Formats: sequence, structure tokens, C-alpha cells
Amino acid sequence: MTDILEVKNLHTSIDGQKILKGVNLIVREGEIHALMGPNGTGKSTLANVLMGHPSYEVTKGQILFKGEDLTEMATDERARMGLFLAFQYPVAIPGVSVANFLRQAINAHRKARDPEYKGIPIPEFRKLLKEKMDLLEMAHEFAGRYLNDGFSGGEKKRAEILQLATLEPSIAILDETDSGLDIDALRIVANGVNTLSGPDLGVLIITHYQRILNYIKPDKVHIMLDGQIVESGGADLAQHLEEQGYDWVREKHNGKVKG
Amino acid sequence: MSSRTVSRRKRVVRKQEASEFRFTREDVESISQALGESDKLKAQRMAAWEKFESLPMPSTSDEPWRRTDIRGLDLDRIKLQASGKTPVASELLQPLVAESHGALLVLRPGHAPEFQEEENLQEQGVVFTDWATAVREHAEILDRTMDTVVPAEDGKFAALAAAMSQEGVLLYVPAGVRLQQPLHSIFWAPGIDAAFFHRVLIVLERGASAVFFHETASPTENEGQTVHAGIVEISVAEEASLKFVEVQNLGRHVWNFTHERAKVAREGRLDWIFGAVGSQLTKTFSDLDLTGQGAEGRFSGFYFANERQHFDHDTQQNHLAPNTMSDLLYKGALVDQSRSVWQGMIYVAPEAQKTDGFQANRNLILSKKARADSIPGLEILADDVRCTHGATVGQLEDLPIYYLMTRGFPREEAERMMIDGFFAPIMERIPFDGVRERFRGMIEVKLGN
Ligand SMILES: Nc1ncnc2c1ncn2[C@@H]1O[C@H](COP(=O)(O)OP(=O)(O)O)[C@@H](O)[C@H]1O
Ligand SMILES: [Mg+2]
Repeated sequence: MTDILEVKNLHTSIDGQKILKGVNLIVREGEIHALMGPNGTGKSTLANVLMGHPSYEVTKGQILFKGEDLTEMATDERARMGLFLAFQYPVAIPGVSVANFLRQAINAHRKARDPEYKGIPIPEFRKLLKEKMDLLEMAHEFAGRYLNDGFSGGEKKRAEILQLATLEPSIAILDETDSGLDIDALRIVANGVNTLSGPDLGVLIITHYQRILNYIKPDKVHIMLDGQIVESGGADLAQHLEEQGYDWVREKHNGKVKG
Repeated sequence: MSSRTVSRRKRVVRKQEASEFRFTREDVESISQALGESDKLKAQRMAAWEKFESLPMPSTSDEPWRRTDIRGLDLDRIKLQASGKTPVASELLQPLVAESHGALLVLRPGHAPEFQEEENLQEQGVVFTDWATAVREHAEILDRTMDTVVPAEDGKFAALAAAMSQEGVLLYVPAGVRLQQPLHSIFWAPGIDAAFFHRVLIVLERGASAVFFHETASPTENEGQTVHAGIVEISVAEEASLKFVEVQNLGRHVWNFTHERAKVAREGRLDWIFGAVGSQLTKTFSDLDLTGQGAEGRFSGFYFANERQHFDHDTQQNHLAPNTMSDLLYKGALVDQSRSVWQGMIYVAPEAQKTDGFQANRNLILSKKARADSIPGLEILADDVRCTHGATVGQLEDLPIYYLMTRGFPREEAERMMIDGFFAPIMERIPFDGVRERFRGMIEVKLGN
């Protein structure tokens, strides 16, 4: 059965300020979606609300994943159900090495499924980690560094995709993973995502450039403006945005977006 | 953090003035006699007693004691006695490295010491023994070295421990001897309404090297109070190298006072790691004296307080010669209503040019009512030096916890991971797996798992 993430008429606010104003979106396993839009329109907010960030309040609407209503579910449960977010600004975890972190994360997922699970055997983990790091052309020493602590922007983004590769979610949200990457790093990251995507993974790529979409072909493209998805279409919509910018979208929807 | 309910008799009874110990000159004489001390050792002990008698009980109007109030200690009930029979907790006896200890020495006040030796120490001229044996068979080492590092004048409790100690450990490593296996000793002192004293004397001669783990511990008693006072003296000679790991894991009824000091000579190296989790109240003075050119000392502290524990660690890094390096990193976490104080000083003497001195204290506050005070200090009288200091008191931040939860970690595991990460720089300085495991176990206990 295909796992589906469905967002229905989602409204959220933070500190009483309305940010999402009725978002509708369906992402299925096996599909690649791009969510585009100018800065400050609520893309990261949507990503964080999907993960259950405690600061955002869902005032209306629903998030359904694998047929379950996530709205009241804790962040870690959502993650263990197979939802993943690659952060726009990954967070440093000082004192915890990439390898140690990933091993414990795998165990957290497996233990949730099987309370008797004793933890991944070290040789199995080493093999897995090596394979995933090679996929992302990462030096193996990287595994010994503290997660995101003193990483360059590009290293952080790559480490996010390494986590995606290791945790094997069914729906992954990539929030501006392309920003701050030089062209080589972008190619490596995009190749990684392409390799990982397939019938068991749905991807929602959030970006405000069309650059990454030269490497990863989306099935659908959505445009967000002021807390709503106002346009949806095929890959050509991104191309159109690249050429025309957002002004036509603004003009077309000016005044139609409910406050 | 998880909360616990512990019901137990109140341990703190406020009084206007700290009471006085009930010990007498005769007590001191009989300790000396029981050990069969040389005239010199006896004279030192009696001098310490006189010093003790001449000093007032510390009070919060004394600068080093400003944040540590000992009026809750009821000395009227405290008397000299042998320690109780509770056997040593088994986790304390675990080997430090996969295979073995080089030697294990267990001291229990008022009982015969137990000694197991794996590596043949005697053949190499190494002395690793209890105090009574040291006094009987190695008086020349004691005569030469004891009290040269920690003088009784260091304070009321230094004088008390010097006057009253009947137990202790002597580690002596002759010139050029490099011990392979770690040495391990335990001072185990169960008991209520008791006063226990002990001293540790470590002497490494020129070019010697050793790794030594010493633990001071007792089980928690539900009633009453007990005092422990101790001295740790470390002498690292030219080109010698010592790794010393100490753990303080005393019962919650214990009021603990120690004076510790290391002297490191030219090109000597000391790696000193200090872990504190036990006692009701602890006041420790730890001094590192770099006395010769090129001497180095790394000084790492780990503490974790809970309930109403109070830890007060005073540290001093004294650069007394050129080209010396000291690096202090103390990290502590606090839960419940516990409290910690760290006060540190780097002193650089006028002649100690080309000195590097580092000092950092980091505190992680894990509950609303816990509190940490962190007071760094520098006194630099030389001009060509590189010194840094830093002190922080912080809490677990929401953002990393959220980030970890998005990776599937339940909140408690995410917090635990942040706490482990916080202590990682200290753990990395611990030389053996066995000891790292012990430290991890202490974190578990503190978090109530
Ligand atoms: N934690 C927050 N507190 C207050 N306002 C916020 C917070 N997070 C986001 N916002 C506001 O919500 C709007 C959408 O932000 P965001 O979701 O980050 O946009 P995007 O990712 O599309 O650039 C912005 O106006 C931003 O200022
Ligand atoms: Mg954003």
C-alpha cells in the first residue's frame, strides 16, 4: 500500500500571528514534489508544522499520514512513523559524533517497532554507514565529527541527506537543502536524493530557486504565497517561474489570499 | 527531567555557629602510636594538630567559604569509629580495562586492607600500599615527601586530615619505571555519626610513569551525618608522567572536605581527572603547581549533583616556571535543588614567561531550582603569556531537543543525548573504558533511570 501524506485546509499560527492560511497538499510515496515561493511565505512553517514543532499551533485543518491524524502526535512519533525533515538550518549537537548519533537514531526507530530489539550490531552499522557516506561522497573521517558542530553550510546539508539515507523515511521534506551549496555539492546532494527516491520514498523539496530542479525532476510543483498554495502544476511551472519570477503569481492572486 | 520523591529525615539543621570537633590531643597521639610512626612523622602529625586547634572553623565570612555554609553539620554527634560492615559495592570493583587492574587496594577504616596484585610491582621497586604498611616499611619515602606538597597550613580541614589520618594510599614509582597496567584503589567508609580521614600520596620519580584510579565512596545512610576529610598529595618529578583519575562517590549523609595539590617538575606531565557525584556537601581545594620549565598539567572535572547536594570546588593553577602549560576543563550538571560552586584561579608568576593557561567551567542546569556559581579568575604577573578563561551556566536548549526528536528520539532520550554530548569532552579525557562506563552509570543514576 502506498503511504500518503495529506494536508487538509491547514491553518497555523505562532504567537497569535496567522502564518498558514489553508494549505492543501497530497504527497505519495514514490512522488517528488517541489514547493516554491518567495521568502517569508510559510514554507518552513509548513515543514515544521508537519513535524510537530511545539511552537506552532494548528488552529484549523488536519495532517493525515498513513491514514492517521498527526495533528496531536509528538514529533518523535511522527519521525518514527516515517516522516523526515532535512532542516533549512541544521542544529549542532556538540559532543555527539555523526556515527554515534546515526547508530542511536537507527536504534530508536527499530526499538519503537520491536521493544525487544537489542541495537544494531556494530559491523552491520559500519557497513551501512560506509555505504551511505560513499553515496554522498563524504570522507569517512566525517563520521567521527560532532554532528553539525563547526560544519560548513555545505557539510551540514550533506549531513542532513546522510541522515535521510540512513533513516529511510517514507516521506522526506527537504527545506532549502540546495541553498548554500556550490555546484559540486549540489550535484552530489541531488544525485543522493535521486538514488534514494523510488517507490518507497516521497519527497517534498522546498526551495525558492529552480536550480536544484535541474538535477531532480519533480512530478509536481506548487507555489506558496502568503500561507497558501496558490498554483500547482508540472515541472514546467518551475521553468516558468525561473523565467518570469513571482510577480505574475502575486498579480494573479493579489487580494484573493484570505487574511 | 524526571522527578523523584525521596523522603528522608532533614539533614540540615541550621545553627548560629558551626560546632567544634570533639577530638583531643590524645586521639592524635594514639593514632600515631597505633601506626608506629617515626619521630618525624609523629612530630608532623602533632604540628598539624596544633595548627588545627589554632584555626577557627571556617565560616561564610571567610572568602573561600562564602558560598558554602557548614553550620548544618552537627559535630556533637560525630565520633571516631571503625567503618561499618557493608561490603564494597560491586561496581566499584570492576576492572578498569578489559583484562585487569595492575593492582587493586581496598581500604576500609578500622579494618585490614585488601590487596590484589597482578603486575609484579615490587620487582620494579614500585610501592603501592596502605598507610600502615607505608609507615612501617617505607618510612624513608614518607619522611622525604609527605607534607611537602599539601602543608597542614592549607586550611582547617587540611590540618585535621593531617592530624587524624590513619588510612591512606602510598604510590611510589622509582625513576625510569613506566608502569603498564593501571593501579586502582578504593577508600570505602560506611558509617553514621562517624569521622573518616584518609590521605593519598603519589610520588613519581624522574622519568617514571603511571596510571592510577582512586575512588572515595560509601553507601548512603538514611539517618545522621558523617564527616570525611582527606588530603591528596601528588609529586611528579622531572620528565615523569602521571594520569590520575579520582572519583568521589560518598553517601548522601557525608560532609566531605579535601585538600589536593600536585607539584609538577620540569618537563613533567600530569593528567588529572576528577569526578564528583556523592556526599551531601563537598568542599574541595585542588591546586596544580607547575614548578619546573616545560611542566604541563591537564585538569578535568566532572560533577553531577542532585537532590540537595552542594559541591564547592576551588581550583588553582599556579605557573611558577617558564614554558608551562595548564588546561582546566570542569563540567557539571545539576538537577533538583542541588547547587555547585566553582571558583578557579590561574596564577602566573613574574618569571613564568611563555606560559599557556586555559580555564573553562561549564554548567548545565537541568531543573528550575538548581543553581551553579562559576567564578573564574586570572592573576598574571608575567607579560609573555597566553591565558584564556570562560565560565558558563546554561540549560538544555529547545531547538536541539526538537531537532533530535525529528530524528525519532523520544524527548527523554534527546535530553540524555544532549547531556552525554555535554560531558563528552571530559569522557574523552578518561583513559579507560571501565572508568568511562562508571561515569556513564553515574549519569544514569543522577537522571533517575
Ligand atoms: N518562530 C517564529 N516566530 C514568529 N514569526 C515567525 C516564526 N517563524 C516564522 N515566522 C514568520 O512566519 C512567516 C513565514 O516564515 P517561514 O515559514 O520561515 O517562511 P519561508 O520558509 O517561506 O521563507 C514569516 O513572516 C516569519 O517572519
Ligand atoms: Mg524557509
